[in-house]
Amino acid sequence: MWLMSNATVTVIRPKKIFHLRDLKELWDYRELLYFFTWRDLKVRYKQTFIGAAWAIFQPFVTMVVFSVFFGGLAKIPSDGVPYPIFVYTGLLFWQFFSAALSSTSNSLVGNQALITKVYFPRLILPVSSVITQLVDFAIAALILLGLMFYYGFMPSLLGIAIVPLLLIITFMASVGGGLFLAAINVKYRDVRYALPFFVQILLFVTPVIYPASIAGKYSKLLAINPMTGVIQNARAALLGTAPVNWLLLGISAIGCFVLLIVGIYVFKKVERYFADIV
Amino acid sequence: MKPIIEIKNIGKNYKIAHQRGGYIALRDVIMNILKKPFSFVKAKAKSAMGLASTEEFWALRDINLSVEKGEVIGIIGHNGAGKSTLLKILSQITPPTEGEIVIRGKVGSLLEVGTGFNPELTGRENIFLNGAIIGMTRREIASKFDQIVKFAEVEKFLDTPVKYYSSGMYVRLAFSVAAHMEPDILLVDEVLAVGDAEFQRKCLAKMEEVTHQDGRTIVFISHNLSAVERLCQKTVLLNKGRIEKIGETREVINHYLKVGHTEHKVDIPAGSFAGQGYRVTTAELLNGIAGSFRVPYDEPIKLRLMIEVERKLEEMNFAFACTSLNDSLIFIVRNSDNRDAVGRMISDPGTHIMDITLHHMLRPGTYYLGLGITKDKQVSFYDPNLIVLDIDPLGTKQPAVQENRGFMNATADWKLELKR
Repeated sequence: MWLMSNATVTVIRPKKIFHLRDLKELWDYRELLYFFTWRDLKVRYKQTFIGAAWAIFQPFVTMVVFSVFFGGLAKIPSDGVPYPIFVYTGLLFWQFFSAALSSTSNSLVGNQALITKVYFPRLILPVSSVITQLVDFAIAALILLGLMFYYGFMPSLLGIAIVPLLLIITFMASVGGGLFLAAINVKYRDVRYALPFFVQILLFVTPVIYPASIAGKYSKLLAINPMTGVIQNARAALLGTAPVNWLLLGISAIGCFVLLIVGIYVFKKVERYFADIV
Repeated sequence: MKPIIEIKNIGKNYKIAHQRGGYIALRDVIMNILKKPFSFVKAKAKSAMGLASTEEFWALRDINLSVEKGEVIGIIGHNGAGKSTLLKILSQITPPTEGEIVIRGKVGSLLEVGTGFNPELTGRENIFLNGAIIGMTRREIASKFDQIVKFAEVEKFLDTPVKYYSSGMYVRLAFSVAAHMEPDILLVDEVLAVGDAEFQRKCLAKMEEVTHQDGRTIVFISHNLSAVERLCQKTVLLNKGRIEKIGETREVINHYLKVGHTEHKVDIPAGSFAGQGYRVTTAELLNGIAGSFRVPYDEPIKLRLMIEVERKLEEMNFAFACTSLNDSLIFIVRNSDNRDAVGRMISDPGTHIMDITLHHMLRPGTYYLGLGITKDKQVSFYDPNLIVLDIDPLGTKQPAVQENRGFMNATADWKLELKR
């Protein structure tokens, strides 16, 4: 302990926005990241009556309701695959994105007692809330496997290989957007009330319940939304609805990367004052 | 050897903007822009040119201090003197505006007991979570686990969610986790003001034990002057954001008690009332000897609060609490005790002057007078150490009495009978 501690020299100065040291520091605090994620999972599954089953129940029921109304009654086309599996693939990624976005944007305000009392790299909080959502994603993905088995879809090698890539893009989109929102949420507390509405609107401009082809000549416009590329390609790779659209995927990846950088920048810029204003 | 903490010219400046509270509603901002687009542009331009009329407030200025390895240093001062701000800068919660601090070692802070405790999790789980939050590694926590549990005396409830704990158990567990961390530098803020008397003694003993372990450096901030005196060799007195005196603890405390409050008025920082719709600007002692916080023992304590009410308020209630220097509560008086309407009368906007005549039986000595305010039955302001009050042994009508004979005056009738 003494040997180790002799090496740690901390210099406190008026803060700069970004420093390479920050990355190393984030790594030094990885154990705390683990504990925050563990806490969030533990508390959530203790609070809800059915516990971890909630992670399955929610997307499953949504899928059933959507299949009955949009697939069955409204007869929304589904690129030639059964509507339930079509909509579930979309919902799986959509839920990960929207849940991660909302929990990230509340991560600072929700932990204000900590922020005003203890020091740790603030980035840990939003990142841990996304990782928590990732666990839910993994649980909900089991249903997709079941559906694929039921409808007789064999996941191709490409399909399996592409899922991590899609997850990384979704991760960047939700963390980038979430960091940005978390930072303004600290200053403007009414943002969190507007957010659920905003996310709901986003659902309808993302091809989750309908295929992008339904928009006809405007379908190119949908590509601005980074989740379009993710969901379209998830269906292409897993269900074989179309060949994988690498261009669309590339656009999504670059868009999300830029969003992530902007999010981190805004977050770091406001970070200095968090403890003073929350 | 280089000092373990070097504080060079540290200053922290807060801008008091027009809005109240740190945060605002985006809706209001947008509405303001829409309603008065011109004045918005003007304000933006002004602030860009540095002409904006924001008030600046230096919570700390020109702080220079070196702490040697193994030193236990106390920091005292009135409220708003900058003690907590200094600690927040040292623990990196908030950055300084100017200056530099070099810290050679691992810092742990004991800021507020129970920070990061989650009510849903069990005692066992919270030990690990809280330990990680205050900077212990998983291995460190695991190796100290039994000691932590034993010190907190919660063996039987380890697997019970802490929401079912009594407040005493909760505090014990939280302090225990924090007390077992082993940083090179420990920052402590007012933790001893918790728990029952017995546990406080135990905490103080633990703190003493920690300070005697070789090499441990401690920065200790407290209103509990007797604790500071027991633990610290060296003490810093802060006054209005600057260092007023550094030196041997006894000397600094004496200076603080004598010279530290030659005024008879306390300004309360506006920040304490952010967004509340009112603020108490000053607390004043009307009958202090030569304009100080010193009252003859046989006179009532006459206080005056200046209260600015911005918007119409619901019911408010005021209370004064008197405590000894080692934080024992001596008495509390409330306006609701008398069932009078003072609390409700204050609801109208404007500046109110509230005069309080406090009849007491305090013995000569030094006490804290704290103020608590509730608004709609919710605590809205609480400062247990608002005023450091001296009760003078020279009476105005009665003869002088001796000092240091307990807290309260009491009289007794003595009768003697001789039985055969």
